[in-house]
Amino acid sequence: MKTIFTEPQINLTIQRLAHQVLENHPGLEDTVIIGMQPRGIYLSDKIVGELSRQILPGKLNYGKLDITFYRDDVRKQLHVPNKTDINFSIENKQVVLIDDVLYTGRTIRAALDALLDFGRPAKVELCVLIDRRFSRQLPIQPDYAGKVIDALITQKVIVQWKEKDPLTQVIITE
Amino acid sequence: MKLSTNHLLGIKDLTPQDIRLILDTAQQFKEVLQRPVKKVPSLRDVTVVNLFFENSTRTRISFELAEKRLSADVLNFTSSASSVSKGETMLDTVNNILSMKVDMVVLRHSASGAPHFLAKHISAAIINAGDGINEHPTQALLDALSMEEALGGSLNGKKIAIIGDIMHSRVALSNIYLLTKLGAEVTVAGPPTLIPKYISEAFGVKVSYNIKETLQWCDIANVLRIQLERQNQPLFSSLREYNLAYGISRKLLESLGKKVVIMHPGPINRGVELDSDVADGHESIILQQVENGVAVRMAVLYLLANRES
Repeated sequence: MKTIFTEPQINLTIQRLAHQVLENHPGLEDTVIIGMQPRGIYLSDKIVGELSRQILPGKLNYGKLDITFYRDDVRKQLHVPNKTDINFSIENKQVVLIDDVLYTGRTIRAALDALLDFGRPAKVELCVLIDRRFSRQLPIQPDYAGKVIDALITQKVIVQWKEKDPLTQVIITE
Repeated sequence: MKLSTNHLLGIKDLTPQDIRLILDTAQQFKEVLQRPVKKVPSLRDVTVVNLFFENSTRTRISFELAEKRLSADVLNFTSSASSVSKGETMLDTVNNILSMKVDMVVLRHSASGAPHFLAKHISAAIINAGDGINEHPTQALLDALSMEEALGGSLNGKKIAIIGDIMHSRVALSNIYLLTKLGAEVTVAGPPTLIPKYISEAFGVKVSYNIKETLQWCDIANVLRIQLERQNQPLFSSLREYNLAYGISRKLLESLGKKVVIMHPGPINRGVELDSDVADGHESIILQQVENGVAVRMAVLYLLANRES
């Protein structure tokens, strides 16, 4: 087990990601933020916390999306669903999807399918804390990446949050 | 996490953890049913046959809708319009259907134990949609979901009355299994001829023959239909007399001085077990039960479609 990202570094990166999102979406006009269940919402909660310091509160549309029912491996492995909470329309909105790690791209593929059931967005962007490049199985790339890493297929990259784990950090395990 | 069973034959076989998993999954499907597009692709590659050897409106439509909302391919079979009327046995019928590559079977049959028999002979997942006077598990699950919503939380320690034709009701048996597994206190009430002997010793439920006292005691009354089609001898003198002694009227509810939630699995015999102004009154959650039925059946289909070994 090796720590590759510590809490102070993660906090700085989250601030950067929030500012990059704001740079591309001034005032977050017509923009919605969607965190991916179950592990992406810790990151999206923090990015939304940063964003709401920059813009008027109440202007921010923030939802949570669970993609369990859209997975391509439903019959091979049972996944227990989490709560989806999107109580606004995403029709013609700019959507920023937030997840912790981008690996094969299959989760994001499912998320794109799921999003269409809530309306037709004008644009979808992807924001991740960790981008495991060279391990993609689908043509999906992030628009905002906290840290790009090269890890072997046999390794696991885990983002831990002190809300549920002992420490906030990113680790690689064999 | 997965169910401890490959079929849903009855609540009897489920653990409290299984019940919790089904109800929690159903909550997530309720949210799906509120979306602009009320459909998910989970069971895209699954074919389900609805085998109904007995009449049904709610259960059949509810299962069919649940299957379609999960993107499964659906076949409907009604015995009256099939070769069963030419003398084909149930097992032959099912094997013929399964040889056309069907993955799951939803079965309703007037013989108790029909789905259990089928489970011994075929490999497809079976969901019992009501077998004779034995069990109707998805009804009990949707009842439990509706009860939790009505009481705002766990059923542990809550007082639930099941009123009416306990003897012939598969809903009663499934409800008793489920509610006691979730820790609720259960009283069954009705005329002595419609309550099986020794039910209290067998299932740990209380028995009462007095409707008013039972209503006074309970938080929720699940009122059952008098199943005239399953009674081959008169067990009470007339429907009118049943209504006077055991039916629930507005006047009776108002004399209690407390609120009791009224449930009924349908179809209602209006003016027999429930008066119309009670069935349509503000205490009644009968239509919420129907709404929850689709979500609960989606959860059961979703959890059983998985073939992880």
